[in-house]
Amino acid sequence: MDGNLNALTTVFTEFYYWVTVVFMFLIHVGFCMYEVGASRRRNHMHTLMKNVMVIPLVTVTFFFFGWWIYWAFPMFPFFGGLDHEMANANLPWSQTMGANLSDRITGVFWAAFLLFSWTAASIVSGSVIERIRSSALWVHAVLIGSVWWIIDAAWGWHYGGWMVQYLGYHDAYASGVIHAIAGGYALGVIMVLGPRIGKFASDGTPRDIPPHNPWMLTIGIFLIYTGFWGFYAACNVPAISPEVIDGQITGTTWTATNIYLAPTSLSAITFNFLMSLSGGLMAAYVVSKGDAFWTFSGGLAGVITASAGNDLYHPIQAMLIGATGVVVVYKLHFWVERRFKLDDAVGAVAVHGYSGVLGLIIAGFVLWGAPSSPYEGYAAINPVGQTIGAVIMFFVLGWLPGWAVAKMQAAAGVLRIPEEVELQGLDYAEHHAYEDAKIDIIEADKAHLAARATPAE
Amino acid sequence: MSTIGYENWAVDLANVGPIYPFQGWEIPMTIAGVIFWLAWHRIQFVRESEHLEKARKMGDPDKIAKHLDRY
Repeated sequence: MDGNLNALTTVFTEFYYWVTVVFMFLIHVGFCMYEVGASRRRNHMHTLMKNVMVIPLVTVTFFFFGWWIYWAFPMFPFFGGLDHEMANANLPWSQTMGANLSDRITGVFWAAFLLFSWTAASIVSGSVIERIRSSALWVHAVLIGSVWWIIDAAWGWHYGGWMVQYLGYHDAYASGVIHAIAGGYALGVIMVLGPRIGKFASDGTPRDIPPHNPWMLTIGIFLIYTGFWGFYAACNVPAISPEVIDGQITGTTWTATNIYLAPTSLSAITFNFLMSLSGGLMAAYVVSKGDAFWTFSGGLAGVITASAGNDLYHPIQAMLIGATGVVVVYKLHFWVERRFKLDDAVGAVAVHGYSGVLGLIIAGFVLWGAPSSPYEGYAAINPVGQTIGAVIMFFVLGWLPGWAVAKMQAAAGVLRIPEEVELQGLDYAEHHAYEDAKIDIIEADKAHLAARATPAE
Repeated sequence: MSTIGYENWAVDLANVGPIYPFQGWEIPMTIAGVIFWLAWHRIQFVRESEHLEKARKMGDPDKIAKHLDRY
């Protein structure tokens, strides 16, 4: 940290990412509340534990290998070998992966990416509640959180990723690299896992399984909105000079950039976050006829649909794109549910997966010809590149691994809980003694009250 | 002697790198960490399988019906 300006920039950047990490923790709190609110009482503790344990499992594996993948894989395996030069500094035994006074950024940058990993895993967790074995979900959590999403990040969310260079792939706030892949992964798993008991009538008509606690759901999704602010900020580099970027930008004006080191500003993304949230909420309210569950989820879907281009869109574009996405996603969710008899308990495939795919394709048209990168020779943003990118995110890195691993788990009989346990509830099995004790003491208290009661005069 | 390589802070911080204990043991620490992680999955998987097998036969139909009514 030679010089005051360098020192100030380093300390500011360190603190900036640290704050985003704390904000993003709220996403996970929100997902936990949302899942518990959506599940029935007999499954609460297991539902909560399933999502809470995503935190340590994805964290340690992201330390052991996830972070290394990001730096090693930008061109691997199709357009080059592993980038050992960059990746070696991010191996779990590297001296920069710990308390080190000569590197104050790696830890917070690692953590910002890690919180994205939790989100990817948590999206999958929501769609499979009330019938998946925790052990099975936790394997999926490690795979989506520390392997698949971070490969897509290396390819399409890295200033040197091959998708950025050759396809002009642009996904500034992760419509595809987080949401499309996680939604696709969830779809692959629930296709194998099957619906909850009672979800479909004998004639195939889907039944609504309403949340047991809509208020918990509401607070949960508002916490997710809040954490999403941090997510947006974490996708930016807060302050960097053209000299450090070392690309085509001329002059000496410092700027914030997106992950591709192309210029944007916190102000721009704040406009667009709020306007796409609003477009999503308004469209969802109309299309769902005021259904609370879908209206709130629609706000999220609106942001996700606009996220790919929210570094550059005009706020009104962000609003309209968010609104458009929600209408398509809502209709598609119910069509898929009826047609394929799929039980996506929290609408994760739709809100994250379909929105993400749509957001990528829309960005290809709206930002057609815009530079994807500040570096020379990169393809410009275009609809074909974005569509290929959407297929890679949703199907190749999302749906396919989720489906394949779930198939293996199902073949081994370790994917789904037994039917008897599903009916009696996951918590009954574990907490029957607690329930028995509670019933006993309530009955004893009532008996005592009855014995003391005197007839009214 | 100090486990972190520094016995006092009378140093120029520009020359200071890692400050965690037992530098040089990073690879064995990683191996220990990976074993801890994989062992956790193994222990959890075995316990959950045993637990679900017991739980299948645990339910009292009357109590299950009450649970279903509670939603």
